[in-house]
Amino acid sequence: MNLNPTLVTAGVARFADSLAQQGIAHTAVEWQPPPDGSVDALSTVLADPRRAGANAEAAARMLAAGARLVDVRPAREVVGLEPGRFCHAGPPVTWERASGPLRGALTGAVLLEGLASDPPGAERLLAGGRVEWVPCHRLGGVGPMAGVVSPSMWVWVLHDEVHDRTSWCTLNEGLGAVLRYGAYAPEVIDRLRWMGAVLGPALQAAVRRHGPVDVKALVGQMLTMGDEGHNRNRAGTLMLLRDLLPDLVESGLPSADVARVARFIGGNDHFFLNLVMPCAKLQAAAASGIAGSTVVTAMARNGTDFGIQVAGTGDAWFTGPAAVPDGLFLGGYGPDDANPDIGDSAITETAGLGGFAMAGAPAIVRFVGGTVSDALRTTREMYEITVAENPAYPLPVLDFRGAPTGIDAALVLRTGIRPQINTGIAGRVAGTGQVGAGLVNPPLECFVAAVAALADAVPQ
Amino acid sequence: MQRHLEIRTGVYRDSVQLMQVSQAVRDRPGVSAALVAMATGLNLELAAGLGFAAPPGARPEDLLVAIAAGDGAALAGALSAVDAALAPGPAPAGGPADVPPRSVGSAVRRAGADLVLVSTPGRYAVLDAFDALDAGASVLLFSDNVSVADEVRLKDRAAARGLLVMGPDCGTAVVGGVGLGFANVVRPGPVGLVAASGTGAQQVMCLLDAAGVGISHCLGVGGRDLSAAVAGRSTLAALDVLDADPATELIVVVSKPPAPEVAARVTGHARRLRTPVRFALLGPGRPDLTAVVEALGYPVPTTWPAWQPTAAPAPRRGSLRGLFAGGTLCAEAALIADAELGPDPGRQMIDFGADELTRGRPHPMIDGTLRLEALAAQVTDPACGAVLLDVVLGHAADPDPAAALAPAIAAAGRPVVVSVTGTAADPQGLARQAQALCDAGAAVFLSNAQAARFAAGLVR
Repeated sequence: MNLNPTLVTAGVARFADSLAQQGIAHTAVEWQPPPDGSVDALSTVLADPRRAGANAEAAARMLAAGARLVDVRPAREVVGLEPGRFCHAGPPVTWERASGPLRGALTGAVLLEGLASDPPGAERLLAGGRVEWVPCHRLGGVGPMAGVVSPSMWVWVLHDEVHDRTSWCTLNEGLGAVLRYGAYAPEVIDRLRWMGAVLGPALQAAVRRHGPVDVKALVGQMLTMGDEGHNRNRAGTLMLLRDLLPDLVESGLPSADVARVARFIGGNDHFFLNLVMPCAKLQAAAASGIAGSTVVTAMARNGTDFGIQVAGTGDAWFTGPAAVPDGLFLGGYGPDDANPDIGDSAITETAGLGGFAMAGAPAIVRFVGGTVSDALRTTREMYEITVAENPAYPLPVLDFRGAPTGIDAALVLRTGIRPQINTGIAGRVAGTGQVGAGLVNPPLECFVAAVAALADAVPQ
Repeated sequence: MQRHLEIRTGVYRDSVQLMQVSQAVRDRPGVSAALVAMATGLNLELAAGLGFAAPPGARPEDLLVAIAAGDGAALAGALSAVDAALAPGPAPAGGPADVPPRSVGSAVRRAGADLVLVSTPGRYAVLDAFDALDAGASVLLFSDNVSVADEVRLKDRAAARGLLVMGPDCGTAVVGGVGLGFANVVRPGPVGLVAASGTGAQQVMCLLDAAGVGISHCLGVGGRDLSAAVAGRSTLAALDVLDADPATELIVVVSKPPAPEVAARVTGHARRLRTPVRFALLGPGRPDLTAVVEALGYPVPTTWPAWQPTAAPAPRRGSLRGLFAGGTLCAEAALIADAELGPDPGRQMIDFGADELTRGRPHPMIDGTLRLEALAAQVTDPACGAVLLDVVLGHAADPDPAAALAPAIAAAGRPVVVSVTGTAADPQGLARQAQALCDAGAAVFLSNAQAARFAAGLVR
């Protein structure tokens, strides 16, 4: 023990004041109690001698994980999806509890697969229990917003060579009335058919000609260019287009298709989101299954429930009610039109991007309702609940400090700071589409339940 | 009459500060009752006692504001006084977007700290202590109500990391010249203390200071450290720390008598150190603290500082009433009274710092209200022969204890004897406090043992 110590104080202000009177510098903790009812479990978890080492291992694995785009293929080939089986965002949910946008997206997917001829028929099929849907996460993938994936949809395939793990995500449809926001009008289905017939094969040809694309490196670069990888993906999209366009041109496809593909990608600032997400999934999944670790490996919403997974309990979900995001609304839409939080895209925050990297995206702070100072403060607060800083994701405005990475569920309870998530807002009525974008936090219940389960798993 | 009851979430302040806020609001004109407190079960009962029904859903981490005032203007003034008192201090250094550390671990890592002073409520203090140890810092655990099992776990974790846990219920320490908790301002010097007893260590340090002998460090270990269950874990570690310190020439261990098997272990360990170790173990038939200090081998004054009033207190038959703020000082006085006077069922030796008397109120070294009430009650108690008090000076203690005690002593109607544990350099000033108490009619001693003997002589 150092007998000339540097001091920290937590608790009674009088003792900190007494140090100040002695002219002794010290750091005072802005202390507050953890939520009532979580104290015993938190004590057990913090006393678990495995925790420090397990969280260090989780952090090391998350930082080491790579993410290279290796192929583009239909979901039925990559995921093994058979007809009548779909994937969706968030933790498992029944038709009865499914929100409007998830119902709408499933309806559209049934129509796309030709399992029903009209929306009422699709809904009858879905309500009747003859088709099934499982979380994307269960199959190693991620899906934005409703996250609905059907067998014929093409997906990006990303590979982590360090941990030999694969993840996947659909191709981004653009903004407005699109399937992932719950829209299923004929133009939505037509666009999906074109994506399956032209966009997917074209990207496959381009990626195979180009060779693997280092998505993790692109994500690191986009953070230095004003993107946070969740609500702003403009720089990432343009870099992807820059990298793939020569091979797309040389692919031998008709020039009209090449032009339409290039125009489609260039016209959708969120195209790259669907590569950031599986990149983040590979990073988070690398930490999964480490006994004693309290690091969060997934945050995902199905429009009804918010669910998290933590490293120490594998793929168990801990859920609470999804909140309605706070944000800006498109056109004539308002808060009453908003559906509760939905999508697997909070995997970006799980990996230190999105809301966690908000300091790097000053251009969109107003879009998500704040000032540049708010953005800086948000990222700085996230360091209070994370176990690592990712040198691959440096934030120039914070002197290239790495993005806050590896949410510690115990620290969330200990500090009361909830992860900050940037998100799109879906209309609550099936078929509407996007109504806005904003900010949201997970319910604390998820973390209370996760820490309780981690405490139960501590050896006596 | 205007009554106001509200619950504020996300605001935590320590009980000492909130009692000061409550008092300040209560003292405002037109305010008949005010309680600003965390919504614990105890505080909700207090609110009920003031006629405020517990608001539904109030949790212990919520802040309760209950005010009764004569009219709307008085209530509005009281509420703005609450807001002003609870307003956060100036923004931390590092710019407006910097955030203060929200957990002990975060503060330790940011500051590169070696030692954390934890004075958070007992049920949370264990969390904060584990957080400190895992971040690599030793802990001074002021908090009480920590279980023996948790104490052992914390001390084992500290041993595994080469750190020290001082406490729980550790009221005082001096490390590198800095006073932590309740601490007197003592000169630097050759004597190192290992203290299982806070006010006992303060008494030893103040006697040494009066003898011109300084202190290298005083390391607390917690009152139960030498019990069979805790087995001297921190005492052994603290002995090693002081043995390695070149400034420490002699080590004094201040404690209640250890459990026999622990005593053997500690004395055996002490014999193997290069630095000589002496033991001050208060118990029946053992030397008192003053006698231990006199036998350390340093020159001591022929008479310890004492202040006698011009009208000497007249002997009066009756029982001795000891009203103490310091637990060890109370125990030492009780041992001396037993030895001098034999058993007396009417004798009362009360430690106002004991757990059952500090629940929901500050320590008597901060707020002497309860003890003042007991002192005032003696005048109507025919069985009371003399009153024996202690006053503990130093950092964090009442800035002017004599101000409240002197009028009560003058009005006590009984001989009053006071031991003042303090030094000339204490913020309150030993001589100034002693003289004020003496002017009020009390016989005042630096040596607690001498005070007890003098008081015993008055009632013999």
